[in-house]
Amino acid sequence: MDKLSGTQINKENRLTKLLQEKKEKLFSVFFTAGFPYPESTGDILTALEKHGADFVEIGIPYSDPLADGPVIQQTSHTALANGMSIEKLFGQLDELAGKVTIPMILMGYFNPVFQYGVEKFCKRAASAGVSGVILPDLPPDEYAEKYREIFGKYGLHFIFLVTPTTPHERIRRADSLSTAFIYAVGSSSITGVSKSSTSRTHFLKSLKKMNLSNIYIAGFGIKDRETLLQAWEYSAGAITGTAFMRKLMELKEPENAARELKNDLFG
Amino acid sequence: MENMEISPDDRGFYGQYGGSYIPELLWANVEELRECYRSVLSDEIYKAELEKLLKNYGGRPTPLYLAENLSRETGARVYLKREDLCHTGSHKLNNVLGQALLAVKMGKKHIIAETGAGQHGVATATACALMNLPCTVFMGKKDTMRQKLNVTRMEMLGATVVPVDSGSRTLKDATNEAIRHWINNPDDTYYLIGSTIGPHPYPDLVTRLQSVISRETISQLRDAGEKGEPGHVLACVGGGSNAAGAFYHFIGNGKTKLTGAEAAGEGVDSEKTAASINRGSTGVIHGSMTLLLQNGDGQVLETHSISAGLDYPGIGPVHAWLNEKGLAQYLPVTDSEAIEAAFRLTETEGIIPALESAHAVALLEKITFEPGSVIVICLSGRGDKDMETYSTYFEGRGRSDTPKQQKV
Repeated sequence: MDKLSGTQINKENRLTKLLQEKKEKLFSVFFTAGFPYPESTGDILTALEKHGADFVEIGIPYSDPLADGPVIQQTSHTALANGMSIEKLFGQLDELAGKVTIPMILMGYFNPVFQYGVEKFCKRAASAGVSGVILPDLPPDEYAEKYREIFGKYGLHFIFLVTPTTPHERIRRADSLSTAFIYAVGSSSITGVSKSSTSRTHFLKSLKKMNLSNIYIAGFGIKDRETLLQAWEYSAGAITGTAFMRKLMELKEPENAARELKNDLFG
Repeated sequence: MENMEISPDDRGFYGQYGGSYIPELLWANVEELRECYRSVLSDEIYKAELEKLLKNYGGRPTPLYLAENLSRETGARVYLKREDLCHTGSHKLNNVLGQALLAVKMGKKHIIAETGAGQHGVATATACALMNLPCTVFMGKKDTMRQKLNVTRMEMLGATVVPVDSGSRTLKDATNEAIRHWINNPDDTYYLIGSTIGPHPYPDLVTRLQSVISRETISQLRDAGEKGEPGHVLACVGGGSNAAGAFYHFIGNGKTKLTGAEAAGEGVDSEKTAASINRGSTGVIHGSMTLLLQNGDGQVLETHSISAGLDYPGIGPVHAWLNEKGLAQYLPVTDSEAIEAAFRLTETEGIIPALESAHAVALLEKITFEPGSVIVICLSGRGDKDMETYSTYFEGRGRSDTPKQQKV
């Protein structure tokens, strides 16, 4: 099998179904599992589903989040202090079976997954209803050689990031290895840093010209109506993370935070 | 004497260790360096410029000193490779001059660095003053407090010191913050890593630049009339740069036993340790697959060592590999053993070592050797920066009012 396309992935995969039905103006939210309180995962998922998220990325907290700005560093720190772990997260997701129906992607740094055991992780993720995984610091070569088959075996999508500094040849490689979609990071910056939106637009336009086999969804720097509309105009969707975590930090309460996020972004 | 070629594969792996586990955001920065580092390092003009700088500015070759008092006490022939006599007071300058020159060749306009004890930060600030490059050094807040003198030195040299308040507020967090800054400022910034850590090609780049230590040691031993290879080479390991340099040309020669001293802190089995090889397990830190101190969930643990320069939860992948292959051994040395060794060296030889280097000296008590065998200790840095720590022990040891009996 040369490439795992979305349709070859497990038919039960919720993300596969979503992307078959909806091909534009997708909206996704990232949050750190275990923040602001240990058992917040279910409340957050319910609130996001209610307030219009098409799918979510659940962040696995890590002690040394290299690509994250102060907000996500802080939420990760609190989550770890709250005792969050991969095992706990899977337990929480098991309990939510049937209650939450939007697709869930797990996103995190490679080391916690590596320690948990990649195969065990995939098996548990699939049984907990997870649709896909993003591990930004797992290089494409390592993934292709050691782990691609495992993710495929458990019907999980794997999504690579590309940035404005990723050369075309490497974007093609990410495209050939990704299933579901490509995560287009709009600017060369860690999460939660505002950079010019012109460069993001320029980058998204250049991706369009490449005629990739996957759709691409824009993330990093999506924080208000303007940045959301821009992402929608030039890509299949938008992912917001830090903006939601800021709301959660302020309001401490998922329902209110999700509602406010919706008001900010959708008016 | 021919040594093994110590070089990672194309993707930066020494066996299972190394590689480049970095977010895509960093990839282009690292790739730019990976593409050019080997050709620059072997460029004749670059080599000549670096050699001239190391000699006239850095003070190389550093002496290989036969420590006669210490030799008498131990029954071995103990040589000290005096990296503490390098300009800025440690071996760090070897790497910094090499990388700063490389940065200039790459057209970079701004240098950033992480530092633990401040030795790498000072060396970087020094090279930047010399080459007229703006310099920003990230340093854990805890370290800025315990190594104040080096903060002042860096600032006087014109560098901006950024105290890092995240995580354990030590070297690991300073490294995270330097990497984040690099992600945000990719175009004209060069990240000058101070040890054999980080994503490929840094471990190889730093190892090669530090290999000057063992290259000089070989010819200096010959000049001293020592025949054949030394029996032992001892060095401390935090990230592992002075050890990688001190071991390099002896690796795999079948005759020299290479031993690294890891910071055991309050004990290798205690919670307060930094012994990544003896206590760690395989995983990823700062872009490298290596041995690190982590919990069962893969979260990096906070470490402890009295020495800020060794207070790091990982280890250069080259050392993880040397350890696995049995080409070098790594022994834990506690805080108090290091302190004892520092006072011993000071009293017997009149040399106050850096706390880091004191760990290497402490290995004399831990290794076994034949009487008269040649032992080379890499004395990686001088102790000025540690005087505050030493003074607390000095008081504790009971300063006597009468001068010590003269040694005969």
